[in-house]
Amino acid sequence: MTNFESEAQLVEIENLTFTRGDRVIYDDISLSIPKGKVTAIMGPSGIGKTTLLRLIGGQIKPDSGKILFAGKNIPLLSRADLYEARKSMSMLFQSGALFSEMSVYDNIAFPIREHTQLSEDIIEKIVLMKLEAVGLRGARNLQPSELSGGMARRVALARAIALDPELILYDEPFAGQDPISMGVIVRLIRSLSDALGLTSVVVSHDVPEVMSIADYIYIVAEKKIIGHGTPEQIRLDTSPLVQQFVKGEADGPVPFHYEAPAYRDELINISAGDIN
Amino acid sequence: MQQLRFLGKKTIDLISGLGRAVILLISALIHVPNIRKGTPLLIQQLYSVGVLSLLIIVVSGTFIGMVLALQGYTILVGYGAEASLGPMVALSLLRELGPVVSALLFAGRAGSALTAEIGLMKATEQLSSLEMMAIDPLRRVIAPRFWAGFISLPLLAAIFSMVGILGAHVVGVDWLGVDSGTFWSVMQSQVDFNKDILNGIIKSIVFAFVVMWIAVYKGYDCEPTSEGISRATTSTVVQSSLLVLFLDFILTALMFVK
Amino acid sequence: MVSKKIELWVGFFVALGIAALLTLALKVANSGVGGGGETYQLFAKFDNIGGLKVRSPIKVGGVLVGRVSDISLDTEDYTPVITLDIYAQYSQFSEATSVAILTAGLLGEQYLGIQPGFVDESVDTLVPGDFIEDTKSALVLEELIGQFLFSQGSGEE
Repeated sequence: MTNFESEAQLVEIENLTFTRGDRVIYDDISLSIPKGKVTAIMGPSGIGKTTLLRLIGGQIKPDSGKILFAGKNIPLLSRADLYEARKSMSMLFQSGALFSEMSVYDNIAFPIREHTQLSEDIIEKIVLMKLEAVGLRGARNLQPSELSGGMARRVALARAIALDPELILYDEPFAGQDPISMGVIVRLIRSLSDALGLTSVVVSHDVPEVMSIADYIYIVAEKKIIGHGTPEQIRLDTSPLVQQFVKGEADGPVPFHYEAPAYRDELINISAGDIN
Repeated sequence: MQQLRFLGKKTIDLISGLGRAVILLISALIHVPNIRKGTPLLIQQLYSVGVLSLLIIVVSGTFIGMVLALQGYTILVGYGAEASLGPMVALSLLRELGPVVSALLFAGRAGSALTAEIGLMKATEQLSSLEMMAIDPLRRVIAPRFWAGFISLPLLAAIFSMVGILGAHVVGVDWLGVDSGTFWSVMQSQVDFNKDILNGIIKSIVFAFVVMWIAVYKGYDCEPTSEGISRATTSTVVQSSLLVLFLDFILTALMFVK
Repeated sequence: MVSKKIELWVGFFVALGIAALLTLALKVANSGVGGGGETYQLFAKFDNIGGLKVRSPIKVGGVLVGRVSDISLDTEDYTPVITLDIYAQYSQFSEATSVAILTAGLLGEQYLGIQPGFVDESVDTLVPGDFIEDTKSALVLEELIGQFLFSQGSGEE
């Protein structure tokens, strides 16, 4: 019957190359996201991690390579098929991206109302369940402008799981959060993944948080995957780039100084100019 | 050499921008409408785009009508032709001021608001969220707003002309002493439905299309930063105003010149 | 999901717009819509049509009875021919009817004035497609001046 190996990988990326303008973002990378687990994608800022999520979601197209979601090659799908595939996916944006003119309740009910014909009674039950899962059932009537950043993100999470997707993509869920909110999000990602059997892809550069919940980690830098494995394997990885990243060292293979001409030369030129 | 490259780049940007605008319009508008889902959205937008513009249109229309009557009377009385005040006001409003001024005011009020709203939705990734939720933001966000503006502006232009004529009546008849019967009857004999009213409506439909297209495109295409949004908003008002005035000239030449 | 208040306002707005359009159409514009209906055609030849235009009014004693629908040259003798669209209810013009190009007011627009001829058994009525024989062309300024100068000159002799 079906290959057990491919059954266990919900998303497979093969030989992906992506450029923006004349900058190569990804150069022939391959990775796979196992089903039902939390996979993290880490790397220095600006490396294009959000871009990877957009590629998986089909919002942008790669230059070459395959992105297989449940066996379907995303870049080649027609618009209708792409929209169909997206119904099994959810994305949690960095800002939450709640619809500002609707209440919390309506935001979560939105995808349900759009994609199903369920009655309002049933929808209410579902919304309450999702809010309960993220611990915000009491906030159902608030407006997005009344929520703190952390709460907004939790509401967005509730909205993301409203239709029980197979795959959730988290874009920097820990960025800019206070320790308590961070702890809440960490707990939610893990518990939702376990309770609902979700496949989660977390893009982040918050090393301690990621290490604590990820089942598998990919580290992306310099257009390639420079390390991958379970958290334990990553800690023991000997590559200097991986070590610098994991330990958070200021200088190493990723240099501290932005490219510039020799320091001494610049200083001397300035004083020489002053004399003249 | 530098200037030439700059010019060339600007031209290419302009043409590719036009292409994007056309693609946006076609993608948003050419599809089978979903009456059940689309109507509440349209009604909501008709409110924010049309109803909320009523105040500025009515006030401006009334004052412009009153000023026309005032100025017109002052000039016509010198030729003993104050009986022509009615048609003078009516024709000025129906042919030109009604469609054009209401379009300019609309671009300033509703057009800019629309660009800002759509731009903000883009910047806060609400449009991306919709896409990822398998809902087409073009059909859900852009299309209802476009149609609302397209329907609203001709109605607003008619209301503008109407209150303008009423305002002119108040000034001309109640204040300046032109005979009411004369005011209306000479107007009726000079204003032709096909030539004046219909052409005015056609102008306003063309303006509505242009103003809404620019407003919606600029919002959708802007840079998702606060700077980008503010630039796009200003650009909407300026460009749609200029385009309206330009098209007015062309349409007037086509419609009213033998 | 649209609140009642919003629905009300939108309805009001659209109603107001349509009312404005109707008011403009009926009260402000020429109710050529009202007088319209069935018309029949008569023709008339003139030496000079002056400033007459298509859609210029045709009046009897100041009352609108129709509009000019076509102005062209006769293909054989190259004289101007005007097509008159007369409202069907005015169907009793006798063959002795005359038509002239008159001017409304001192500097006003030009129109066709019809002087109905007398009706009795010896004179037929005009049927659709007939030519009105008795026509007076528009007054042309140069000819007027010429006539005036000529009459002045001959008066002095």
